[in-house]
Amino acid sequence: MTLRVVLTVDPIEVTSLKKIYGDIKAVDGITFSVSKGEVFALLGPNGAGKTTAIEIMEGLRKRDQGNVKVLGFDPWKEGHKLHKKIGVIPQDFTFFEKATPREAILYYSDLFGVKTNPDQLIKEVLLEDSDKVLFENLSGGQKQKTGLALALVNSPELLFLDEPTTGLDPNARRAIWEVIRGFKAQGKTIVLTTHYLDEAQQLSDRVAIMNHGQIVAIGTADEIIEQHGSGERLEIQGTEELANYIGENTELVINYNEGIISIPLKQKIDALAALAAAEQSKLDWGEIRTRRDSLDDVFVKLVSGMVDEHGEIIFENSNGSNI
Amino acid sequence: MVSLRRIASDFRVFGRGYLRNKFGLFFGLIFPVMLILIFGAIFSGNSSGTINVYVQNQDIGPFSTPQMDIATAFINALNSSGTVLLVPVNDTENFSNYLAEHSASDGIVIPQGFSESYLTGQQVNVTVYGNPTASTSGIVSGTVYGVITQFNLKYYNPNASSIIGMTSTTVNTEQTKYVDFLIPGLIGFSILVSPMFSLVNISSEYKKTKLFKQLSLTPLTKMEWLASKVIWYVTLTVSSFLLMVLVGIFVFDAHITLTIWLIPFLILGPMLFSSLGMLVGTVTKNPETAGIIGNIVTFPMMFLAGTFFPISSMPQYLQNIAQLLPLYYIIEGLNNVMVYGNYNGAIVDLVVVTIITVFIFLAAIRVFKWRED
Repeated sequence: MTLRVVLTVDPIEVTSLKKIYGDIKAVDGITFSVSKGEVFALLGPNGAGKTTAIEIMEGLRKRDQGNVKVLGFDPWKEGHKLHKKIGVIPQDFTFFEKATPREAILYYSDLFGVKTNPDQLIKEVLLEDSDKVLFENLSGGQKQKTGLALALVNSPELLFLDEPTTGLDPNARRAIWEVIRGFKAQGKTIVLTTHYLDEAQQLSDRVAIMNHGQIVAIGTADEIIEQHGSGERLEIQGTEELANYIGENTELVINYNEGIISIPLKQKIDALAALAAAEQSKLDWGEIRTRRDSLDDVFVKLVSGMVDEHGEIIFENSNGSNI
Repeated sequence: MVSLRRIASDFRVFGRGYLRNKFGLFFGLIFPVMLILIFGAIFSGNSSGTINVYVQNQDIGPFSTPQMDIATAFINALNSSGTVLLVPVNDTENFSNYLAEHSASDGIVIPQGFSESYLTGQQVNVTVYGNPTASTSGIVSGTVYGVITQFNLKYYNPNASSIIGMTSTTVNTEQTKYVDFLIPGLIGFSILVSPMFSLVNISSEYKKTKLFKQLSLTPLTKMEWLASKVIWYVTLTVSSFLLMVLVGIFVFDAHITLTIWLIPFLILGPMLFSSLGMLVGTVTKNPETAGIIGNIVTFPMMFLAGTFFPISSMPQYLQNIAQLLPLYYIIEGLNNVMVYGNYNGAIVDLVVVTIITVFIFLAAIRVFKWRED
């Protein structure tokens, strides 16, 4: 009887990865791995280091320090072997302006030396209506779909999608999500970068939030909320005077920000104490509710601000005044 | 390992894109033909006013007095005619070969003992070289005959037959017309402009839009990518060449020779300028700078390398500058093959062009990066 030992190696293993440009640490010592069949999202604002990290994994950039193995290959040194097994949509995907999606697929098939059925690929990425339109005349969504089709030409086991829906309208984004869900259903391992929280939540099994070149949180959305969220809290609509009153008459921690009094609840009964104090104050108060941090809240907290649709931080986070 | 399948595929997709872009097609094929029609029509009248005539004076003395040097007096008389511009040739040169090497059709040889024969009244012949099909041949013969008559009259002896006679020797070199220069010049123009501008633009744009990065994720190599561009521009250049030759011959009755010798120039030329364009596009930071540098490299060649006017018609200092330009050797080579039939000269040009092309091609491949460090 022979004993077979099967070693399962994760498709992606990144350890202490660093990339430095002058004084800027684009990627500053990140470590993570991605399992087979998993959809893994790198989430963060522009300049967080997502694209640098993904391009190092794709073999497009050289790392300065750390270890990266993708499908068992060193992406920089063994790029030519790796590229036959992965599919990539780079950020701002583009193609020859005077070629159609169908021609693009046939071109890539020739380059990879594989036989492809263009009709099937075009159907898979929902591009049937525009497969004979020149690339320059395609909409943003159709261009991205062309990129998705090209990423599939060599039947890759691992896909890298760098901001696949940036700049697209909501309908086009949903269409791209549909295609990506289709890939996931086929069991493909997918790494995607995005600055859209909903995209990361909709598509990925696990998320790594990046900021200033570092991973500030990693795990499933629930795990991240659990680790970095503030837990349950009571929110009361009221004045600063009311906030002060509750603070003085209970032992609770009170945060006040723009008409909302926020009280972290260590136990449920704390809510009762807070409401009793509010009632006792004879001051006006409005709506009350209890809530937990969402991934949005955690993200805002971790990256110190909200990001707009282009991934830029639009306002710095303020946690309100602590009373 | 270079793959012909990948080169062919890249060639197909690039060529199709090029043909769909009417602008590129216009500049690649139609524009040079338009230039031939315009310049050919403007200068279709005649060749240059004075005719270059090579003179070898074999009668170099010694003479006891300067007055006895009749050969020099004869040359001075020819010079003062105003119709010919005499170019002296050393008496040690083989005159026929010299004419061929200098792609010249008109020449005069004054034999040894010319002065002595004249002074002693013995018959002596001046040899006039010319191509009977060239319009200049008759002018040169007429001028020489006029001076001979003048000299014979001075030594008037009613009993003697003319002392100085004239023999004619036919040479194969033809006196060229402007359009004969113009066709190789504009083929050179076409070899330069299309690949150069296109590759400067493509390589800087693809760098900016990260299309190169994308291609680096496929098995296509840098060498294959550049090779397919070179093949495309060789194809375009040959098409453009055939169009220009047809227009030149049928519209302007150009006298040009089509031989197998043209092939290396039509291959190496586009290869050289595709590579140079790529080099410029690669070393510059953005498409705007690439465009400016591309123009700085291209424009002097476009005007100084013999595209629109023969180099020999330019001042010497410009001719010296022209010799530093790679296109000069392509156009000179094309002229040597198509117009003068001077294959020794063409070999020299070919060697120079080959060395420059190989150097630039390798430099472009080396400097050009798919990926970033």
